[in-house]
Amino acid sequence: MSSVDDGGLVQLLSPTGERVKNADYDSWVEDVDDAQLKSLYEDMVVVRRIDTEATALQRQGELGLWPPLLGQEAAQIGSGRTLREDDFVFGSYRENGVAYCRGVDYTDIMRVWRGNAHAGWNPYDINMAPSQVIIGAQTLHATGYALGCQQDGVDTVAISYFGDGATSQGDVNEAMIFAASYQAPVVFFCQNNQWAISEPVGLQARTPIAGRAPGFGIPSMRVDGNDVLAVMAATRIALDRARSGNGPTFIEAVTYRMGPHTTSDDPSRYVDVLEREDWQVKDPIVRVEAYLKSKDLLTEEFQAGVKAKADDVAKKIRAGTLNMEEPDALSVFDNVYSTSSSWLDRQKNQYSHYLQSFEGGH
Amino acid sequence: MSTMTLSRAINSGLRKALEDDPKVVLMGEDIGKLGGVFRVTDGLQKDFGAHRVMDTPLAEAGIIGTAVGLAYRGYRPVCEIQFDGFIYPGFDQIVTQVAKLHYRTGGAVKMPITIRVPFGGGIGAVEHHSESPEAYFTHTSGLRVVSCSNPQDAHTMVRQAIASDDPVLFFEPKRRYWTKGEVNEEITADTLSLESAAVVNSGNDVTLVSFGPLVATARDAAIAASDEGVSVEVIDLRSLSPIDFATIEASVRKTGRLVITHEAQQFGGLGAEIAASITQRCFYYLEAAPERVTGFDTPYPAAKLEDHFLPNLDRMLDAVDRVMGKDNSLSNWKGQ
Ligand SMILES: Cc1ncc(C[n+]2csc(CCOP(=O)(O)OP(=O)(O)O)c2C)c(N)n1
Ligand SMILES: [Mg+2]
Repeated sequence: MSSVDDGGLVQLLSPTGERVKNADYDSWVEDVDDAQLKSLYEDMVVVRRIDTEATALQRQGELGLWPPLLGQEAAQIGSGRTLREDDFVFGSYRENGVAYCRGVDYTDIMRVWRGNAHAGWNPYDINMAPSQVIIGAQTLHATGYALGCQQDGVDTVAISYFGDGATSQGDVNEAMIFAASYQAPVVFFCQNNQWAISEPVGLQARTPIAGRAPGFGIPSMRVDGNDVLAVMAATRIALDRARSGNGPTFIEAVTYRMGPHTTSDDPSRYVDVLEREDWQVKDPIVRVEAYLKSKDLLTEEFQAGVKAKADDVAKKIRAGTLNMEEPDALSVFDNVYSTSSSWLDRQKNQYSHYLQSFEGGH
Repeated sequence: MSTMTLSRAINSGLRKALEDDPKVVLMGEDIGKLGGVFRVTDGLQKDFGAHRVMDTPLAEAGIIGTAVGLAYRGYRPVCEIQFDGFIYPGFDQIVTQVAKLHYRTGGAVKMPITIRVPFGGGIGAVEHHSESPEAYFTHTSGLRVVSCSNPQDAHTMVRQAIASDDPVLFFEPKRRYWTKGEVNEEITADTLSLESAAVVNSGNDVTLVSFGPLVATARDAAIAASDEGVSVEVIDLRSLSPIDFATIEASVRKTGRLVITHEAQQFGGLGAEIAASITQRCFYYLEAAPERVTGFDTPYPAAKLEDHFLPNLDRMLDAVDRVMGKDNSLSNWKGQ
C-alpha cells in the first residue's frame, strides 16, 4: 500500500453517494453486501442517536459532560466494525461509537459522564480500555499491549484511537518509535476532526498528519473519514498487516467535529459557520443513505426499523442513566491498591466515624 | 547463604523473578548486552533472551507507557530508569496511568509494574545523577514506594515488588551498590513483608528513622552516640509508601524523641509527613519536637559541594543532641 503524504484522500463513497472505484482498496470491502451496508448504516444512525440523547441528558442536568462524536460516525463505525473480538481498543474519550461496536452495555457508556465512575465498563469484558483523558497516553498502552500479543505468539491486534491534537504529544511520537522498532502489531487510528478544542489542525501539523508516520518507518494511509467504506478498507489493510507480522500502520481518517468539543464548549467563538456548512454536505450518514437509495435499499420499512432501534437504544440509555445507582460514600477508598493498606484503612475508618457523627448519619 | 554486593543481590532477585514467572519482562535503556550502566541486569539478556530483557528506545514515557500496555495484557514489566534524574519524562505515565488504573477501573485492571530507580548522591556525579525524587511518588496515591538499604533486602524486596499486583517504585541506593553482605535467596513465610519497617539497631533515647543509602550512616551515628551515652534506635523504613507507622510509633513511645533523615530536600518531604503523623499519634510521649536531617532546599549541588548537601554522621548526631536537649550547633542560634 502506498504511503500517502500528498494530501490525497482515499474515498470509496462520494458525498453524494456514488461508489468510487479504487483498485487498491476495493477488494478489502468486496464482502460488504446489501445486508452489511444496511447494518453499517443502522449503527451510524444509532450512534448519532446516542449522541443526541446524551447531549439532551447533559442539558437536563443528568450528565456532567458529554463529548459528542457527531460527524465522526463513519470513522468510528467503519473501523470499529472491522475489529475482531479479541483485538484490544485503546481510545480517547470520544470513542463511544467504537464502544458501541464492541457491544458495550449502553448504560455503561454514561457512567463516566454522569460522574459515577472513572471507567464505565470492565475493559476485559469488551476488550476496550476505559476512556482516556490524558491526550495521547493510550497510544503507548496500545503499543505495549501489542508487544504482549507479539510475545504471546497470537495474531491479536491492538488499535489506538486519538485525535489530530494528540499527534503533537510526545507519547504519540514515542509510541510510533516503539511500535516501529519492535514491529508491534498495532494500528494508530487518528481521527483528524480538524479541531483540538479551539485549535485548528494547522497548529498541530503544517502538512497532512499521515505524512509523519513514514518518517518513523510506519506506512500510513489518509482516508476520507466520513466514508464508512474507505475507513473499513483502510482498517482492514492495517489489521491484516499487523496480524501477519508486518508491524504497525498509521491511518489518518479525515473527518469533522460537527458539534462542540464537549457540551461545555462554545464553538461559535472560533468556528466559521461557512466551514461547518462545507462539511455538512460531506455528512457520513447522508452519503450512505444516498447510496442505499441508489440501490433501492432505503425502503420505508427499513428506515422505520432503524428508527425503532435508535429510539429503543435512546430509551434504554435514558432509563439506565436516570436509574444509575449512586456510588457508596466509603467506596472512595476502594481499589487504591490490590490489597488493603493500614494507612488507608485508618483514613477510611476515621471518615466513616465522621459520617456517623451526623444525625441519621451514614 | 552467600556473600554478594547489593547490586548483585538485585541481579539475583531479578533472575529468580524471571525464572519463577514467564510473564516477567525487563525493559530499559542499555540493560541488555551492557547489563545496565550499573550492571544490575548483567547477564540476564544472555540467559533469558532479548524478548524478556528488552533494550528499549531512549524514551522514559515510552518505557512506562508500553509497560502499562504489557500489564493490561497480563505481563509483569520491570522497568529500569537509568538514573533518578531521568524519571521525569516518564513521570506523567507513572502518575496519570500506572498509579491510577487499578482505581480507575474499579480493580479490573492490575498494574503489577516495578520501576527500578538507582537514586541518591554521594558518587561525585554530574547534574541529574544524584537526586532523591521519592516524595513525588509517595505523594501519589496508588503507588507503592520502597527502598532497600542492604543486600538481603535488595534481593528479597525486588522479588516481592515484582510479585506485588500493585505498581512499585523501587529506589536503589546507588552509592551502596558495592556494599557486601550475606544473602539468603529463599523467601519463606518468615521473610519480612514489603510493607514492614525494620528496627536495625535498638535503643531507648532517640528514634532515628532512615532509609536507603542513609541507613548505614544512621547505624554509624548510633554507634557514635552510644560512645557518648545516648542510646539510639535506628529504623530502616524500607517501605516509604505506605509507611509502617506502627513500628515508628512503638519506638517513639519508648524513646520519646524522633529524628528523621533523608537525602531529599526537606520541604514537603517524607520527614514532614512522618513528623506530623507521629506527633499526632505520640504527642503525649514526646520529649522534644521531631527533628529532620535532610538535603537543603536547593537543587542538588555540584559534586564538590555534595558533602555539604548530604546528611552525614555529624549532622545526625547534632540533631540527636538537639532532641536530647544537649549542646548543639543551634544552642546559641539567634536567627528566626
Ligand atoms: C495532556 C492533556 N492536555 C490537555 C488536555 C485538555 N484537552 C482535552 S481534549 C483536548 C483536545 C484534544 O484534541 P484532539 O486530540 O484533536 O481530539 P478531539 O478532542 O478532537 O477528539 C484538550 C487540549 C488533556 N485532556 N490532556
Ligand atoms: Mg481533534
